[in-house]
Amino acid sequence: MAAPIGQPRVRLPAQVRAGEVIEIRTLISHAMETGQRRDQQGNVIPRDIIKRFVARFEGEQVFAMDLAPAISANPYIAFPFKAEKPGTFEFTWTNDAGEERKATAELKLA
Amino acid sequence: MKTGPTTIRRRHLLAAAAGGVAIAALPRAAGAEMQPATTEAIRKVTGGKTPQEGRVTLRLPPIAENGNTVPVTVSVDSPMTAADHVKTVHLFADRNPTPDVATFHFTPAMGRAQADTRMRLGQTQDVIAVAEMSDGSLWMGRTEVKVTIGGCGG
Repeated sequence: MAAPIGQPRVRLPAQVRAGEVIEIRTLISHAMETGQRRDQQGNVIPRDIIKRFVARFEGEQVFAMDLAPAISANPYIAFPFKAEKPGTFEFTWTNDAGEERKATAELKLA
Repeated sequence: MKTGPTTIRRRHLLAAAAGGVAIAALPRAAGAEMQPATTEAIRKVTGGKTPQEGRVTLRLPPIAENGNTVPVTVSVDSPMTAADHVKTVHLFADRNPTPDVATFHFTPAMGRAQADTRMRLGQTQDVIAVAEMSDGSLWMGRTEVKVTIGGCGG
């Protein structure tokens, strides 16, 4: 029933110094169907959104977001992170049906 | 003798005018003038406590030509240390079909209290953010966005 969650994209700065606060930008393809729209027959198109985003660094949650239908299609989410040590980010997007899409990114320090 | 009453009358007028300005300015500063659904949504996350004005900054374009995708940046004045940080930020759109937009969960690991996203705005309205700090205090910011083409589908 739920539309497939599209390809996630994550961007970290290329050159990061220890102690620097960087910005992590994420984007994922998804219609974010609000549940407010109707099709040509007048039937309500059921709600189908990405409802949660979680960012973990080395297994520890560093940022999360609960999304409502008021978030635009193809949700863009960006947040700061203080780079203290190199490691791995794991990002998880979850839709209304509970399906997940994950992406990872390596933080390397200069 | 004639100047006395005139002066008094003028004073009355000035006082009345000043009072009028104060009354007009108050609701916005006190966070009133909100839709009942927004007031209720805020009450749900604050447990009935009234957030203080300040520390929360909302950056949105003053005029959004396309309400389907309006960039928004919310930031909170906080050192983001283990002892003193922002825990959550709730984002609301006062005149959308439902006021809830997003809830951000912050941690000291972020180093700075900020989040960026893109939101839908059905019409010209106020966007409101309520931040909950690690000490339990609540802070609020709001800003008006004029919307040319609404973005909540038909």
